[in-house]
Amino acid sequence: MNNTEVNRPLHRFAVLAAIATFFLLGAGGLVTSHEAGMSVPDWPNSYGYNMFLFPPSRWIGGIFYEHTHRLWASCVGLMTAILAVWLWLKDSRKWMKWIGIAAFLLVVAQGVLGGLRVTLKLDNLGAIHGVVGQSFFVLMCAIALFTSKFWRKMAEEKELNVPGSLRVLVLMATILIFCQLALGATMRAQHAGLSINTFPSAYGKFWPDTSPDAIQQYNARRIDIMNYSPITAFQVILQMVHRMVALAIFISVALCAAQAWRKLGKNDALTKFAFVWLGLILVQIGLGAATIWTNKAADVATAHLLCGALSLVTGALWCIIAFARSSVRPAPQTESFGAFGTFAANK
Amino acid sequence: MQDAICGPLYKTVPTTHFYVVGPNGEFGDVIVSLKDADGKAITGKSTGASAPDVVLDQKGCLYRPQILAAQTGEKIIVKNSDPTVHNVHITSTAGNTEHNDIQIAGAPPLIYTFDKPEMFMKFQCDIHPWMFAWVSLFDNPYFAISGADGKFVIKDVPPGKYTIVADHRKLGEQTQTVEVADKNVSVHFTFHVK
Repeated sequence: MNNTEVNRPLHRFAVLAAIATFFLLGAGGLVTSHEAGMSVPDWPNSYGYNMFLFPPSRWIGGIFYEHTHRLWASCVGLMTAILAVWLWLKDSRKWMKWIGIAAFLLVVAQGVLGGLRVTLKLDNLGAIHGVVGQSFFVLMCAIALFTSKFWRKMAEEKELNVPGSLRVLVLMATILIFCQLALGATMRAQHAGLSINTFPSAYGKFWPDTSPDAIQQYNARRIDIMNYSPITAFQVILQMVHRMVALAIFISVALCAAQAWRKLGKNDALTKFAFVWLGLILVQIGLGAATIWTNKAADVATAHLLCGALSLVTGALWCIIAFARSSVRPAPQTESFGAFGTFAANK
Repeated sequence: MQDAICGPLYKTVPTTHFYVVGPNGEFGDVIVSLKDADGKAITGKSTGASAPDVVLDQKGCLYRPQILAAQTGEKIIVKNSDPTVHNVHITSTAGNTEHNDIQIAGAPPLIYTFDKPEMFMKFQCDIHPWMFAWVSLFDNPYFAISGADGKFVIKDVPPGKYTIVADHRKLGEQTQTVEVADKNVSVHFTFHVK
Protein backbone atom coordinates (compact mmCIF):
# COMPACT_ATOMS: atom_id res chain seq x y z
CA MET A 1 0.00 0.00 0.00
CA ASN A 2 1.50 3.37 -1.00
CA ASN A 3 1.15 6.32 1.29
CA THR A 4 -0.38 9.35 -0.33
CA GLU A 5 -1.56 12.71 0.75
CA VAL A 6 -5.30 12.91 1.09
CA ASN A 7 -7.03 15.19 -1.40
CA ARG A 8 -10.04 16.08 0.71
CA PRO A 9 -12.15 17.75 -2.00
CA LEU A 10 -11.53 14.76 -4.26
CA HIS A 11 -12.49 12.38 -1.48
CA ARG A 12 -15.63 14.33 -0.69
CA PHE A 13 -16.61 14.29 -4.34
CA ALA A 14 -16.00 10.53 -4.48
CA VAL A 15 -18.29 10.08 -1.48
CA LEU A 16 -20.94 12.27 -3.11
CA ALA A 17 -20.71 10.25 -6.31
CA ALA A 18 -21.10 7.01 -4.34
CA ILE A 19 -24.17 8.39 -2.55
CA ALA A 20 -25.60 9.54 -5.89
CA THR A 21 -25.05 6.03 -7.23
CA PHE A 22 -26.93 4.59 -4.27
CA PHE A 23 -29.92 6.80 -5.04
CA LEU A 24 -29.64 5.80 -8.70
CA LEU A 25 -29.95 2.16 -7.65
CA GLY A 26 -33.13 3.16 -5.82
CA ALA A 27 -34.46 4.99 -8.87
CA GLY A 28 -33.74 1.96 -11.02
CA GLY A 29 -35.34 -0.29 -8.45
CA LEU A 30 -38.51 1.77 -8.52
CA VAL A 31 -38.65 1.41 -12.31
CA THR A 32 -38.81 -2.37 -12.09
CA SER A 33 -40.97 -2.38 -8.96
CA HIS A 34 -43.55 -0.28 -10.84
CA GLU A 35 -43.17 -2.42 -14.01
CA ALA A 36 -42.28 0.76 -15.88
CA GLY A 37 -39.11 -0.39 -17.63
CA MET A 38 -40.64 -0.21 -21.09
CA SER A 39 -42.85 2.83 -20.54
CA VAL A 40 -40.50 5.01 -22.63
CA PRO A 41 -40.14 2.96 -25.82
CA ASP A 42 -37.35 5.02 -27.39
CA TRP A 43 -33.77 5.70 -26.28
CA PRO A 44 -31.76 7.85 -25.96
CA ASN A 45 -34.67 10.14 -26.76
CA SER A 46 -37.84 10.17 -24.69
CA TYR A 47 -41.03 10.19 -26.75
CA GLY A 48 -39.09 11.84 -29.55
CA TYR A 49 -37.73 14.61 -27.32
CA ASN A 50 -34.11 15.09 -26.40
CA MET A 51 -34.01 13.41 -23.02
CA PHE A 52 -33.11 16.62 -21.21
CA LEU A 53 -35.92 18.57 -22.88
CA PHE A 54 -38.79 16.14 -22.30
CA PRO A 55 -41.51 18.28 -20.65
CA PRO A 56 -42.29 17.35 -17.02
CA SER A 57 -46.01 17.59 -17.84
CA ARG A 58 -45.58 14.37 -19.82
CA TRP A 59 -43.93 12.44 -16.98
CA ILE A 60 -47.10 10.51 -16.22
CA GLY A 61 -47.60 7.06 -14.76
CA GLY A 62 -44.68 4.73 -15.40
CA ILE A 63 -42.95 7.35 -17.56
CA PHE A 64 -42.14 9.30 -14.39
CA TYR A 65 -40.06 6.46 -12.95
CA GLU A 66 -38.28 5.48 -16.16
CA HIS A 67 -37.50 9.01 -17.30
CA THR A 68 -36.26 10.31 -13.93
CA HIS A 69 -34.12 7.19 -13.69
CA ARG A 70 -32.52 8.11 -17.04
CA LEU A 71 -31.95 11.71 -15.95
CA TRP A 72 -30.38 10.63 -12.64
CA ALA A 73 -28.23 8.10 -14.49
CA SER A 74 -26.95 10.91 -16.73
CA CYS A 75 -26.07 12.89 -13.61
CA VAL A 76 -24.17 9.95 -12.14
CA GLY A 77 -22.43 9.44 -15.48
CA LEU A 78 -21.30 13.04 -15.46
CA MET A 79 -20.08 12.79 -11.86
CA THR A 80 -18.16 9.63 -12.75
CA ALA A 81 -16.53 11.37 -15.70
CA ILE A 82 -15.47 14.25 -13.46
CA LEU A 83 -14.15 11.80 -10.88
CA ALA A 84 -12.17 9.91 -13.52
CA VAL A 85 -10.55 13.09 -14.82
CA TRP A 86 -9.85 14.33 -11.30
CA LEU A 87 -8.23 11.03 -10.32
CA TRP A 88 -6.16 10.99 -13.49
CA LEU A 89 -4.87 14.50 -12.94
CA LYS A 90 -4.50 14.64 -9.18
CA ASP A 91 -4.00 11.17 -7.71
CA SER A 92 -0.35 10.15 -7.73
CA ARG A 93 -1.12 6.43 -7.51
CA LYS A 94 -1.08 4.94 -11.00
CA TRP A 95 -3.56 2.21 -10.12
CA MET A 96 -6.09 4.80 -8.92
CA LYS A 97 -5.92 6.63 -12.23
CA TRP A 98 -6.91 3.42 -13.99
CA ILE A 99 -9.65 2.65 -11.48
CA GLY A 100 -11.16 6.01 -12.36
CA ILE A 101 -11.06 5.10 -16.05
CA ALA A 102 -12.61 1.72 -15.26
CA ALA A 103 -15.44 3.42 -13.37
CA PHE A 104 -16.12 5.71 -16.30
CA LEU A 105 -16.14 2.84 -18.81
CA LEU A 106 -18.41 0.81 -16.53
CA VAL A 107 -20.96 3.61 -16.17
CA VAL A 108 -21.00 4.11 -19.94
CA ALA A 109 -21.50 0.38 -20.44
CA GLN A 110 -24.29 0.42 -17.87
CA GLY A 111 -26.04 3.24 -19.68
CA VAL A 112 -25.79 1.44 -23.00
CA LEU A 113 -27.07 -1.77 -21.40
CA GLY A 114 -30.10 0.07 -20.08
CA GLY A 115 -30.76 1.66 -23.45
CA LEU A 116 -30.41 -1.61 -25.34
CA ARG A 117 -32.72 -3.33 -22.89
CA VAL A 118 -35.41 -0.90 -24.06
CA THR A 119 -34.66 -0.76 -27.77
CA LEU A 120 -34.07 -4.50 -28.17
CA LYS A 121 -36.92 -5.36 -25.76
CA LEU A 122 -34.79 -7.87 -23.86
CA ASP A 123 -35.82 -8.68 -20.29
CA ASN A 124 -32.58 -10.61 -19.74
CA LEU A 125 -30.59 -7.45 -20.39
CA GLY A 126 -32.62 -5.86 -17.64
CA ALA A 127 -31.31 -8.44 -15.17
CA ILE A 128 -27.72 -7.88 -16.33
CA HIS A 129 -28.27 -4.12 -16.07
CA GLY A 130 -29.31 -4.64 -12.45
CA VAL A 131 -26.24 -6.71 -11.59
CA VAL A 132 -23.83 -4.33 -13.33
CA GLY A 133 -25.43 -1.43 -11.47
CA GLN A 134 -24.70 -3.10 -8.13
CA SER A 135 -21.13 -3.82 -9.22
CA PHE A 136 -20.66 -0.20 -10.24
CA PHE A 137 -21.89 0.90 -6.81
CA VAL A 138 -19.23 -1.30 -5.19
CA LEU A 139 -16.57 0.31 -7.39
CA MET A 140 -17.69 3.83 -6.51
CA CYS A 141 -17.63 3.02 -2.79
CA ALA A 142 -14.16 1.51 -3.20
CA ILE A 143 -12.95 4.73 -4.84
CA ALA A 144 -14.36 6.68 -1.92
CA LEU A 145 -12.45 4.35 0.43
CA PHE A 146 -9.18 4.61 -1.50
CA THR A 147 -9.30 8.41 -1.47
CA SER A 148 -10.05 8.56 2.26
CA LYS A 149 -7.91 9.57 5.26
CA PHE A 150 -8.85 6.21 6.81
CA TRP A 151 -7.11 4.37 3.97
CA ARG A 152 -3.93 6.40 4.39
CA LYS A 153 -3.92 6.01 8.16
CA MET A 154 -4.32 2.26 7.81
CA ALA A 155 -0.89 2.13 6.11
CA GLU A 156 0.73 4.21 8.82
CA GLU A 157 -0.76 2.56 11.90
CA LYS A 158 0.21 -0.95 12.99
CA GLU A 159 -3.05 -2.81 12.53
CA LEU A 160 -3.45 -6.44 13.46
CA ASN A 161 -3.18 -8.69 10.42
CA VAL A 162 -6.42 -10.37 9.50
CA PRO A 163 -6.01 -14.16 9.47
CA GLY A 164 -6.29 -15.76 6.07
CA SER A 165 -9.14 -18.04 7.14
CA LEU A 166 -11.26 -15.04 8.18
CA ARG A 167 -10.47 -13.16 4.99
CA VAL A 168 -11.53 -16.13 2.90
CA LEU A 169 -14.72 -16.55 4.94
CA VAL A 170 -15.70 -12.93 4.36
CA LEU A 171 -14.81 -13.17 0.69
CA MET A 172 -17.01 -16.25 0.29
CA ALA A 173 -19.91 -14.56 2.10
CA THR A 174 -19.54 -11.52 -0.17
CA ILE A 175 -19.54 -13.69 -3.28
CA LEU A 176 -22.65 -15.44 -1.96
CA ILE A 177 -24.35 -12.06 -1.57
CA PHE A 178 -23.39 -11.18 -5.14
CA CYS A 179 -24.93 -14.44 -6.36
CA GLN A 180 -28.06 -13.64 -4.35
CA LEU A 181 -28.28 -10.23 -6.01
CA ALA A 182 -28.03 -11.89 -9.40
CA LEU A 183 -30.81 -14.28 -8.37
CA GLY A 184 -32.95 -11.37 -7.22
CA ALA A 185 -32.34 -9.51 -10.48
CA THR A 186 -33.34 -12.61 -12.42
CA MET A 187 -36.52 -12.93 -10.36
CA ARG A 188 -37.45 -9.31 -11.01
CA ALA A 189 -36.76 -9.69 -14.73
CA GLN A 190 -39.46 -12.38 -14.95
CA HIS A 191 -42.14 -9.69 -14.55
CA ALA A 192 -44.40 -12.26 -12.97
CA GLY A 193 -44.91 -10.65 -9.58
CA LEU A 194 -44.54 -12.89 -6.53
CA SER A 195 -44.17 -16.51 -7.54
CA ILE A 196 -44.78 -17.49 -3.90
CA ASN A 197 -47.04 -15.16 -1.95
CA THR A 198 -46.66 -16.67 1.53
CA PHE A 199 -43.83 -16.51 4.05
CA PRO A 200 -42.28 -18.23 5.90
CA SER A 201 -44.19 -21.17 4.41
CA ALA A 202 -44.41 -21.62 0.66
CA TYR A 203 -48.06 -22.17 -0.21
CA GLY A 204 -48.53 -23.77 3.17
CA LYS A 205 -45.54 -26.10 2.87
CA PHE A 206 -41.83 -26.12 3.58
CA TRP A 207 -41.20 -26.89 -0.12
CA PRO A 208 -44.08 -26.01 -2.49
CA ASP A 209 -45.69 -28.36 -4.94
CA THR A 210 -44.47 -27.42 -8.43
CA SER A 211 -46.52 -29.93 -10.44
CA PRO A 212 -48.44 -28.50 -13.43
CA ASP A 213 -51.73 -28.87 -11.52
CA ALA A 214 -50.34 -27.00 -8.55
CA ILE A 215 -48.93 -24.19 -10.69
CA GLN A 216 -52.27 -23.87 -12.42
CA GLN A 217 -54.01 -23.60 -9.04
CA TYR A 218 -51.60 -20.90 -7.88
CA ASN A 219 -52.33 -18.92 -11.05
CA ALA A 220 -56.07 -19.52 -10.70
CA ARG A 221 -56.14 -18.12 -7.18
CA ARG A 222 -53.85 -15.19 -7.87
CA ILE A 223 -55.76 -11.93 -8.21
CA ASP A 224 -53.51 -9.00 -9.03
CA ILE A 225 -54.23 -5.75 -10.81
CA MET A 226 -50.72 -5.48 -12.28
CA ASN A 227 -50.00 -6.79 -15.76
CA TYR A 228 -47.97 -9.74 -14.49
CA SER A 229 -47.36 -12.83 -16.57
CA PRO A 230 -48.57 -16.17 -15.16
CA ILE A 231 -46.12 -17.82 -12.75
CA THR A 232 -44.21 -20.95 -13.71
CA ALA A 233 -42.59 -23.81 -11.82
CA PHE A 234 -39.16 -22.34 -12.65
CA GLN A 235 -40.08 -19.06 -10.94
CA VAL A 236 -41.38 -20.85 -7.85
CA ILE A 237 -38.13 -22.79 -7.57
CA LEU A 238 -36.14 -19.60 -8.17
CA GLN A 239 -37.77 -17.97 -5.17
CA MET A 240 -37.15 -21.03 -3.02
CA VAL A 241 -33.45 -20.97 -3.97
CA HIS A 242 -33.41 -17.25 -3.13
CA ARG A 243 -34.78 -18.06 0.34
CA MET A 244 -32.23 -20.79 0.93
CA VAL A 245 -29.33 -18.62 -0.18
CA ALA A 246 -30.60 -15.91 2.19
CA LEU A 247 -30.31 -18.40 5.05
CA ALA A 248 -26.81 -19.37 3.92
CA ILE A 249 -25.82 -15.71 3.82
CA PHE A 250 -27.13 -15.12 7.32
CA ILE A 251 -25.14 -18.09 8.67
CA SER A 252 -21.99 -17.01 6.77
CA VAL A 253 -22.09 -13.42 7.93
CA ALA A 254 -22.88 -14.45 11.51
CA LEU A 255 -19.83 -16.72 11.40
CA CYS A 256 -17.74 -13.86 10.01
CA ALA A 257 -18.81 -11.60 12.87
CA ALA A 258 -18.12 -14.31 15.47
CA GLN A 259 -14.69 -15.09 13.99
CA ALA A 260 -13.81 -11.40 13.78
CA TRP A 261 -14.70 -11.00 17.48
CA ARG A 262 -12.56 -14.01 18.37
CA LYS A 263 -9.55 -13.32 16.19
CA LEU A 264 -9.41 -9.53 15.97
CA GLY A 265 -10.98 -8.56 19.27
CA LYS A 266 -14.11 -6.59 19.96
CA ASN A 267 -12.47 -3.20 19.55
CA ASP A 268 -11.10 -3.77 16.06
CA ALA A 269 -12.83 -1.62 13.43
CA LEU A 270 -13.32 -4.66 11.24
CA THR A 271 -15.10 -6.49 14.05
CA LYS A 272 -17.49 -3.61 14.48
CA PHE A 273 -17.93 -3.46 10.72
CA ALA A 274 -18.75 -7.19 10.69
CA PHE A 275 -21.53 -6.67 13.21
CA VAL A 276 -22.92 -3.77 11.18
CA TRP A 277 -22.91 -6.21 8.27
CA LEU A 278 -24.82 -8.77 10.31
CA GLY A 279 -27.34 -6.10 11.26
CA LEU A 280 -27.82 -5.26 7.58
CA ILE A 281 -28.44 -8.92 6.77
CA LEU A 282 -31.09 -9.14 9.48
CA VAL A 283 -32.80 -6.02 8.13
CA GLN A 284 -32.58 -7.50 4.64
CA ILE A 285 -34.30 -10.71 5.74
CA GLY A 286 -37.05 -8.61 7.31
CA LEU A 287 -37.44 -6.62 4.12
CA GLY A 288 -37.60 -9.81 2.10
CA ALA A 289 -40.43 -11.08 4.27
CA ALA A 290 -42.14 -7.69 4.08
CA THR A 291 -41.89 -7.79 0.27
CA ILE A 292 -44.01 -10.92 0.32
CA TRP A 293 -46.39 -9.80 3.06
CA THR A 294 -47.10 -6.51 1.24
CA ASN A 295 -47.64 -8.34 -2.09
CA LYS A 296 -44.45 -6.79 -3.48
CA ALA A 297 -45.27 -3.18 -2.66
CA ALA A 298 -42.97 -1.08 -4.82
CA ASP A 299 -41.35 0.88 -1.99
CA VAL A 300 -40.72 -2.23 0.12
CA ALA A 301 -39.32 -4.22 -2.80
CA THR A 302 -37.03 -1.32 -3.68
CA ALA A 303 -35.86 -0.99 -0.07
CA HIS A 304 -35.04 -4.72 -0.20
CA LEU A 305 -32.93 -4.07 -3.30
CA LEU A 306 -31.10 -1.16 -1.67
CA CYS A 307 -30.39 -3.08 1.52
CA GLY A 308 -28.96 -5.86 -0.66
CA ALA A 309 -26.68 -3.32 -2.31
CA LEU A 310 -25.47 -2.07 1.07
CA SER A 311 -24.86 -5.67 2.19
CA LEU A 312 -22.75 -6.30 -0.91
CA VAL A 313 -20.74 -3.11 -0.48
CA THR A 314 -20.14 -3.81 3.22
CA GLY A 315 -18.72 -7.23 2.45
CA ALA A 316 -16.65 -5.91 -0.44
CA LEU A 317 -15.14 -3.07 1.59
CA TRP A 318 -14.48 -5.44 4.50
CA CYS A 319 -12.54 -7.70 2.12
CA ILE A 320 -10.57 -4.82 0.63
CA ILE A 321 -9.56 -3.47 4.04
CA ALA A 322 -8.76 -6.91 5.43
CA PHE A 323 -6.62 -7.93 2.46
CA ALA A 324 -4.87 -4.54 2.49
CA ARG A 325 -4.06 -4.85 6.20
CA SER A 326 -2.66 -8.29 5.66
CA SER A 327 -0.39 -7.21 2.83
CA VAL A 328 1.87 -5.23 5.23
CA ARG A 329 5.28 -6.93 5.39
CA PRO A 330 6.75 -8.08 8.79
CA ALA A 331 9.79 -6.20 10.29
CA PRO A 332 13.27 -7.21 8.87
CA GLN A 333 15.10 -10.19 10.56
CA THR A 334 18.26 -8.20 11.70
CA GLU A 335 16.31 -5.96 14.07
CA SER A 336 14.83 -9.03 15.86
CA PHE A 337 18.29 -10.69 16.25
CA GLY A 338 19.79 -7.49 17.64
CA ALA A 339 17.04 -7.24 20.26
CA PHE A 340 17.47 -10.87 21.29
CA GLY A 341 21.24 -10.42 21.64
CA THR A 342 20.77 -7.39 23.89
CA PHE A 343 18.26 -9.22 26.09
CA ALA A 344 20.65 -12.16 26.47
CA ALA A 345 23.48 -9.85 27.52
CA ASN A 346 21.31 -8.10 30.12
CA LYS A 347 20.21 -11.40 31.55
CA MET B 1 -58.14 5.48 -9.20
CA GLN B 2 -55.24 7.53 -7.92
CA ASP B 3 -53.97 8.23 -11.40
CA ALA B 4 -54.54 11.93 -12.20
CA ILE B 5 -55.85 11.27 -15.71
CA CYS B 6 -57.33 7.77 -15.48
CA GLY B 7 -58.96 8.16 -12.06
CA PRO B 8 -61.46 10.87 -13.07
CA LEU B 9 -62.72 8.63 -15.89
CA TYR B 10 -64.51 6.53 -13.27
CA LYS B 11 -67.25 7.30 -10.79
CA THR B 12 -66.83 3.93 -9.02
CA VAL B 13 -63.72 1.82 -8.58
CA PRO B 14 -63.29 -0.47 -11.60
CA THR B 15 -62.95 -4.20 -11.00
CA THR B 16 -60.69 -6.82 -12.50
CA HIS B 17 -62.08 -9.18 -15.13
CA PHE B 18 -60.24 -12.37 -14.41
CA TYR B 19 -63.47 -14.33 -13.96
CA VAL B 20 -66.51 -13.19 -15.91
CA VAL B 21 -69.31 -15.17 -14.30
CA GLY B 22 -73.04 -14.65 -14.77
CA PRO B 23 -75.74 -14.97 -12.09
CA ASN B 24 -76.37 -18.62 -13.00
CA GLY B 25 -72.71 -19.56 -13.36
CA GLU B 26 -72.37 -18.64 -17.02
CA PHE B 27 -68.67 -18.37 -17.72
CA GLY B 28 -67.36 -15.80 -20.18
CA ASP B 29 -63.96 -15.15 -21.74
CA VAL B 30 -63.21 -18.81 -22.39
CA ILE B 31 -61.38 -19.40 -25.67
CA VAL B 32 -62.90 -22.40 -27.44
CA SER B 33 -61.07 -23.85 -30.43
CA LEU B 34 -60.79 -26.99 -32.51
CA LYS B 35 -57.82 -29.28 -32.92
CA ASP B 36 -57.67 -32.45 -34.99
CA ALA B 37 -58.88 -35.79 -33.65
CA ASP B 38 -55.39 -36.51 -32.28
CA GLY B 39 -55.27 -33.25 -30.39
CA LYS B 40 -52.82 -31.55 -32.74
CA ALA B 41 -53.29 -27.94 -33.82
CA ILE B 42 -54.98 -27.37 -37.17
CA THR B 43 -52.50 -25.35 -39.18
CA GLY B 44 -52.33 -23.87 -42.63
CA LYS B 45 -56.05 -23.08 -42.71
CA SER B 46 -55.90 -19.42 -41.80
CA THR B 47 -58.24 -17.05 -43.62
CA GLY B 48 -56.90 -14.14 -41.61
CA ALA B 49 -55.82 -12.09 -44.59
CA SER B 50 -59.44 -11.74 -45.73
CA ALA B 51 -61.10 -11.88 -42.31
CA PRO B 52 -62.64 -8.78 -40.73
CA ASP B 53 -60.29 -6.73 -38.58
CA VAL B 54 -60.25 -7.41 -34.86
CA VAL B 55 -60.38 -4.31 -32.67
CA LEU B 56 -58.74 -3.75 -29.31
CA ASP B 57 -59.53 -0.41 -27.68
CA GLN B 58 -57.79 1.38 -24.83
CA LYS B 59 -60.71 3.07 -23.12
CA GLY B 60 -61.00 4.17 -19.52
CA CYS B 61 -57.32 3.20 -19.20
CA LEU B 62 -58.26 -0.44 -19.69
CA TYR B 63 -57.99 -2.71 -22.69
CA ARG B 64 -61.41 -3.63 -24.05
CA PRO B 65 -61.99 -6.48 -24.54
CA GLN B 66 -59.42 -8.06 -22.26
CA ILE B 67 -59.62 -11.47 -23.97
CA LEU B 68 -59.43 -11.54 -27.74
CA ALA B 69 -58.84 -14.14 -30.44
CA ALA B 70 -57.72 -13.74 -34.04
CA GLN B 71 -56.25 -15.70 -36.90
CA THR B 72 -52.65 -15.54 -37.99
CA GLY B 73 -52.40 -12.86 -40.67
CA GLU B 74 -55.54 -11.13 -39.45
CA LYS B 75 -55.26 -7.43 -38.69
CA ILE B 76 -55.49 -6.47 -35.03
CA ILE B 77 -56.42 -2.80 -34.77
CA VAL B 78 -55.38 -1.13 -31.52
CA LYS B 79 -57.16 2.14 -30.81
CA ASN B 80 -56.55 4.73 -28.13
CA SER B 81 -59.85 6.25 -27.05
CA ASP B 82 -58.36 7.77 -23.91
CA PRO B 83 -57.32 11.36 -23.27
CA THR B 84 -53.81 10.21 -22.45
CA VAL B 85 -50.82 8.45 -23.95
CA HIS B 86 -50.40 4.67 -23.76
CA ASN B 87 -47.62 2.43 -24.94
CA VAL B 88 -48.71 -0.76 -26.67
CA HIS B 89 -46.21 -3.36 -25.49
CA ILE B 90 -46.74 -6.81 -26.99
CA THR B 91 -44.73 -9.76 -25.68
CA SER B 92 -44.76 -13.17 -27.30
CA THR B 93 -43.73 -16.59 -25.99
CA ALA B 94 -44.15 -18.27 -29.39
CA GLY B 95 -41.76 -16.31 -31.55
CA ASN B 96 -44.10 -13.61 -32.79
CA THR B 97 -42.52 -10.19 -33.22
CA GLU B 98 -42.47 -8.16 -30.03
CA HIS B 99 -43.62 -4.57 -30.23
CA ASN B 100 -43.48 -1.54 -28.00
CA ASP B 101 -45.13 1.46 -29.62
CA ILE B 102 -46.17 4.88 -28.42
CA GLN B 103 -49.79 5.83 -28.97
CA ILE B 104 -50.64 9.37 -27.89
CA ALA B 105 -54.21 10.53 -27.30
CA GLY B 106 -56.02 10.92 -30.60
CA ALA B 107 -53.33 9.09 -32.56
CA PRO B 108 -54.37 6.87 -35.46
CA PRO B 109 -54.87 3.18 -34.67
CA LEU B 110 -51.89 0.87 -34.59
CA ILE B 111 -52.22 -2.18 -36.82
CA TYR B 112 -50.56 -5.50 -36.12
CA THR B 113 -50.52 -8.93 -37.71
CA PHE B 114 -48.81 -12.01 -36.39
CA ASP B 115 -47.89 -15.18 -38.22
CA LYS B 116 -47.47 -17.78 -35.46
CA PRO B 117 -50.25 -19.42 -33.46
CA GLU B 118 -50.07 -18.52 -29.79
CA MET B 119 -52.28 -18.70 -26.75
CA PHE B 120 -52.68 -15.61 -24.60
CA MET B 121 -50.11 -13.27 -26.12
CA LYS B 122 -49.86 -10.32 -23.78
CA PHE B 123 -50.65 -6.73 -24.68
CA GLN B 124 -49.81 -4.29 -21.92
CA CYS B 125 -49.28 -0.63 -21.18
CA ASP B 126 -46.20 0.09 -19.05
CA ILE B 127 -47.31 3.65 -18.30
CA HIS B 128 -50.44 2.25 -16.63
CA PRO B 129 -49.31 -1.15 -15.33
CA TRP B 130 -52.83 -2.39 -14.58
CA MET B 131 -53.67 -2.42 -18.30
CA PHE B 132 -53.42 -5.73 -20.10
CA ALA B 133 -55.15 -7.84 -22.72
CA TRP B 134 -54.53 -11.38 -23.85
CA VAL B 135 -54.82 -12.22 -27.54
CA SER B 136 -54.88 -15.82 -28.77
CA LEU B 137 -53.87 -16.55 -32.34
CA PHE B 138 -54.95 -19.50 -34.46
CA ASP B 139 -53.90 -20.76 -37.84
CA ASN B 140 -57.49 -21.58 -38.70
CA PRO B 141 -60.92 -19.95 -38.34
CA TYR B 142 -62.36 -22.53 -35.93
CA PHE B 143 -62.47 -20.71 -32.63
CA ALA B 144 -64.75 -18.54 -30.53
CA ILE B 145 -64.84 -16.77 -27.19
CA SER B 146 -67.66 -17.45 -24.75
CA GLY B 147 -69.75 -14.39 -24.04
CA ALA B 148 -71.08 -13.13 -20.75
CA ASP B 149 -73.95 -15.61 -21.19
CA GLY B 150 -71.43 -18.44 -21.36
CA LYS B 151 -72.31 -19.25 -24.96
CA PHE B 152 -70.01 -19.67 -27.96
CA VAL B 153 -70.52 -20.58 -31.62
CA ILE B 154 -67.95 -21.96 -34.06
CA LYS B 155 -69.33 -21.80 -37.56
CA ASP B 156 -68.62 -23.49 -40.90
CA VAL B 157 -66.73 -26.44 -39.47
CA PRO B 158 -66.07 -29.12 -42.09
CA PRO B 159 -67.50 -32.55 -41.18
CA GLY B 160 -65.15 -34.78 -39.23
CA LYS B 161 -63.85 -35.70 -35.82
CA TYR B 162 -62.19 -33.04 -33.72
CA THR B 163 -60.83 -32.30 -30.31
CA ILE B 164 -62.59 -29.25 -28.91
CA VAL B 165 -60.49 -27.26 -26.46
CA ALA B 166 -61.78 -24.77 -23.90
CA ASP B 167 -59.02 -22.57 -22.52
CA HIS B 168 -59.34 -20.06 -19.71
CA ARG B 169 -56.35 -17.90 -18.89
CA LYS B 170 -56.45 -18.68 -15.20
CA LEU B 171 -58.26 -22.01 -15.02
CA GLY B 172 -56.37 -23.82 -17.73
CA GLU B 173 -57.56 -26.12 -20.44
CA GLN B 174 -60.25 -28.77 -20.90
CA THR B 175 -60.79 -30.96 -23.94
CA GLN B 176 -63.53 -33.16 -25.37
CA THR B 177 -63.85 -35.09 -28.61
CA VAL B 178 -66.61 -34.13 -30.98
CA GLU B 179 -67.86 -35.30 -34.32
CA VAL B 180 -69.31 -32.79 -36.75
CA ALA B 181 -71.74 -34.15 -39.34
CA ASP B 182 -74.76 -32.52 -40.93
CA LYS B 183 -76.30 -31.04 -37.76
CA ASN B 184 -75.19 -28.54 -35.14
CA VAL B 185 -73.27 -30.06 -32.26
CA SER B 186 -73.57 -28.81 -28.67
CA VAL B 187 -70.71 -29.08 -26.25
CA HIS B 188 -70.68 -28.05 -22.61
CA PHE B 189 -67.71 -27.30 -20.40
CA THR B 190 -67.72 -26.69 -16.67
CA PHE B 191 -64.82 -25.02 -14.90
CA HIS B 192 -64.17 -25.17 -11.18
CA VAL B 193 -61.93 -22.95 -9.10
CA LYS B 194 -60.10 -25.34 -6.74
